[in-house]
Amino acid sequence: MKKIYLDHAATTPVDKKVVEAMLPYFYKHYGNASSLHSFGRKAHEALEESRKKVASLLNVKEKEIIFTAGGTESDNIAIKGIAYKNREKRYTKGPHIITSSIEHPAVLETCKHLEMQGYKIKYLPVDKHGIINIDELEKTISKNTFLITIMYANNEIGTIQPIKEIGQIARENNIIFHTDAVQAIGKTPIDPNKINVDLLSISSHKMYGPKGVGALYIREGLSIQPIIHGGGHERGIRSSTENIPGIVGLGKACELAKKRMEKDTKHIKKMRDKLIKNILEIEESYLNGHPQKRLINNAHFRFTGIEGESLLLSLDDKGIAASTGSACSSKKLQPSHVLIAIGLTPIEAHGSLRLSLGRENTQEEISYVTDVLPEIINRLRKISPLWKKQE
Amino acid sequence: MTGMYSEKVMEHFRKPKNMGKIEDADAVGTVGNPVCGDLMTIYIKIKDNKIHDIKFQTFGCAAAIATSSMITELAKGKTLDEALKITRDDVANELNGLPSIKMHCSNLAADALHKAIKNYLQKKEREK
Repeated sequence: MKKIYLDHAATTPVDKKVVEAMLPYFYKHYGNASSLHSFGRKAHEALEESRKKVASLLNVKEKEIIFTAGGTESDNIAIKGIAYKNREKRYTKGPHIITSSIEHPAVLETCKHLEMQGYKIKYLPVDKHGIINIDELEKTISKNTFLITIMYANNEIGTIQPIKEIGQIARENNIIFHTDAVQAIGKTPIDPNKINVDLLSISSHKMYGPKGVGALYIREGLSIQPIIHGGGHERGIRSSTENIPGIVGLGKACELAKKRMEKDTKHIKKMRDKLIKNILEIEESYLNGHPQKRLINNAHFRFTGIEGESLLLSLDDKGIAASTGSACSSKKLQPSHVLIAIGLTPIEAHGSLRLSLGRENTQEEISYVTDVLPEIINRLRKISPLWKKQE
Repeated sequence: MTGMYSEKVMEHFRKPKNMGKIEDADAVGTVGNPVCGDLMTIYIKIKDNKIHDIKFQTFGCAAAIATSSMITELAKGKTLDEALKITRDDVANELNGLPSIKMHCSNLAADALHKAIKNYLQKKEREK
């Protein structure tokens, strides 16, 4: 059976060119980038070359990029790093940090951790499309607010936030602005200078690079307190011997993303739009997230009367890999916080399906998916007590 | 994901037995919690104090559908007393086990069957 991968928001395949770039750094140029000998120098060169490539994708300075072990770590370093720097503000009236209620757990759980240490956090609600209200953000800001952290685009429903406007407000109020751009990077041009972003998290494995590596953009002149201490790597912000093969992979992935962005966007968006159009023809099917302001590769649906895990396993039986916000497929057994935040009932949230596309998908694959999905939904609805239209 | 379920669970999920509604059921039992995402209804038809026919409708994960299917197989033809003795564990064992996280939320079929039988017995009591 052919297999169709539509879960690129979870992770992407590593591009062959990325693998090829990485390989010599395992067995040939394996030196420690801090060593002075030729092996070390070779690794150091690769490190700085990769930094250049990441910086180039974001149109920022090389020294504004530090490498991390992934998106989650980048978020932790950014948020805790700024919070610890503003430790004394904890004793003032908040909110000290403003975020949104639909952030990735890497941000939400970090904020909850800080709350336990006395920081006051405001979790902004979102509208039915998943967009924060700019007026409410402005009203929420206090003179003690030192950080706004709001994601560029949502990992589940793909909604893109008004990042430029948020950046403008942050700048006017002299507040540091961090954005988790893990899902957006490589899919849309991002220039932190144009959108007034001070800190920006990226992850390699969501953009055809290897897992276990990421980067954090830190605006020049911005000082943050390290949360990982040691040998002083990455300007002392993230100690630990650099993962050179991984970093080379991330660098290569950024280079490819920059080169291919226009072509990939066209190809992926065309497939995605067809997918949405065809799937919405299914009775009582709905699109979650914003109809326009969404990631080019994200299609997120809900279907009345069926549950996501059953849907996922049925798709898997047909060779199709997808994702759901249903509690049944999560470790916590709670429906997705994002779907609840956009106003869905738990039952509606359980009936959700995320299809996230990638550059290697084809039109034929999309046609296959839209061919088999209606039968699956039909079958599950026949079993369901919540689907009233029984023959 | 499939890896966490036994082959038997997947079998019953893919081809559930006795699925659907009994229009003239003698009793119905519904259990579940919409927050967890599992809702199930068992329909029974009683003849000579035995479960003559049984069907189910389930909204939920593969485990919820498989346990519903299994309970209909286990209960069919049994006397009401026998059917009341079928436990959640019996259902899970017949399916060669369930992931531990699913034991509580999705293993509701025995409860639904017991509820249907109790509803039937109460109805009989009132009719006397």
